[in-house]
Amino acid sequence: MSEQAKSIIKKKKRQKFFIIFVQFLIVIGFFLGWEYLAQNKIINSFIFSSPSRIMETLQGLIITGELWEHILTTLYETILAFTIGISAGFVIAIILYEFPILAKIIDPFLTMINSLPKVALGPIIIIWAGANTKSIIVMALLINLIVSIMNIYNGFQGVDEMKIKLLKSFGANKKQILRYLIIPESKRTIISSLKINISMTLIGVIMGEFLVSKKGIGYLIIYGTQVFNLNLVMTGILVLILLSFIIYEIVSFIEKKLST
Amino acid sequence: MNNLLEIHHITKNYITDKEEIKAIKDITLQVHKGEILTLVGSSGCGKSSLLSILAGIDTATSGFFQFHKENPVIGYMLQNDALFPWLTIYQNALLGLKIQKKDTIENQEYVKELFKKYKLEEFMNKKPSELSGGMKQRVALIRTLAIKPDILLLDEPFSALDYQSRLAVSDDVFNIIKKENITTIMVSHDIAEAISMSDRIVVLSKRPCYVKKIYDIHLTNKKNPIENRKAPEFKDYYNQIWKDLDINV
Ligand SMILES: Nc1ncnc2c1ncn2[C@@H]1O[C@H](COP(=O)(O)OP(=O)(O)OP(=O)(O)O)[C@@H](O)[C@H]1O
Ligand SMILES: [Mg+2]
Repeated sequence: MSEQAKSIIKKKKRQKFFIIFVQFLIVIGFFLGWEYLAQNKIINSFIFSSPSRIMETLQGLIITGELWEHILTTLYETILAFTIGISAGFVIAIILYEFPILAKIIDPFLTMINSLPKVALGPIIIIWAGANTKSIIVMALLINLIVSIMNIYNGFQGVDEMKIKLLKSFGANKKQILRYLIIPESKRTIISSLKINISMTLIGVIMGEFLVSKKGIGYLIIYGTQVFNLNLVMTGILVLILLSFIIYEIVSFIEKKLST
Repeated sequence: MNNLLEIHHITKNYITDKEEIKAIKDITLQVHKGEILTLVGSSGCGKSSLLSILAGIDTATSGFFQFHKENPVIGYMLQNDALFPWLTIYQNALLGLKIQKKDTIENQEYVKELFKKYKLEEFMNKKPSELSGGMKQRVALIRTLAIKPDILLLDEPFSALDYQSRLAVSDDVFNIIKKENITTIMVSHDIAEAISMSDRIVVLSKRPCYVKKIYDIHLTNKKNPIENRKAPEFKDYYNQIWKDLDINV
């Protein structure tokens, strides 16, 4: 490697390190600033809470074991809704692909449902599905399923016409075309929609937990608000931020693994 | 002459939402066993339509065609190699056999033989993205040969290649076809390529197409496509066909 290339690589490495360092500083600075403002009563820590109070609350939740229960509940609901959303989306997309007329018929309805703010349906869902986990899953599905269907279906539609012709020239039937071409070719589209999907699912789950639940991070936040315990609310939000970040990273990792 | 395929008064109209497009007016044609027959004609005159009818992908509006062979196997090759990027070259080549449920050990050996014969053996486990355009087109040919076709339908198989690899690959393909002695119908928009490779050339009219003229190509010292271009008769054929095509520049 040339000296020049070496120095450029070095420079890039230094830059990367610098970026991470500044990001770290921002986080630390944010919490220190918050704590400082709260300690000196510049902000009302009853309303705004403070990092030290959050730590206390967090400790309490960990000691009683509640924290895990809430995290696991939200995680369980998210994974369940995500799996159902992706698989049902896949099956429905295949049906639509096999029956183009059906696809044309339901197209405007899909668009309509997709553009509707799903939270508006919350009260009805509770009445129909009951005030339980089912409602939460339905809420999440309402948000992620249409997106899944549309993504996967578009993936199917984007398959190269030449390749379909080629398989037909070998005498392939519909099932074989689906198996040998459509599904593997759209694997990439499906994988790349996983990330959007997991975010959508999490939104749906938290929304559902806001509406009905006795457990979960969404419940923690909404309960904290109801009893005006802002420490609990802030703790819930912080845990949610961490959780969604971790889930997102895991899905990105899976995406990378699958697409190589 | 021994005919493998007879095409009788085939017509093709496409019906779109708005109109009816007449693509083929009337094609009647005999295809001889073992020959390379090339269709030339202006863009959009209906060449691809004819091949996809013969390949069984599409149906004719009227007319029929008849193979003088029971259950003929048809090998169809398109402009773009249509290799599946998620499969290795070898798996790609087995695709037709898989679909026809003929991927026996014997046939797999045959495919491996083809790879050896056409010097792609060391790439067998590579993905298509690692090959050059010319190599990919040769893999596409192997995929087509794997099903042991009685007739090859080649729809502008070289047009996606640059000039240099085009010459080389068309030479290779020619040698392969002749060695395996497979009857071939090819579509080309390159007159020189058509003359250099074909036993006969069918000149088609503008859309909707019919057979305008058929040339038997007799070249002194007929060998391989690159050498054939040097034949003394080459230029006359070229000028004649050019005139027939009535190309307005
Ligand atoms: N599926 C289709 N639906 C409607 N029209 C079609 C369809 N396929 C082809 N056509 C029309 O039929 C005519 C002949 O098309 P075809 O592809 O057979 O021509 P071609 O001779 O192969 O042209 P090119 O040299 O450009 O490849 C064209 O006018 C084309 O627009
Ligand atoms: Mg064409």
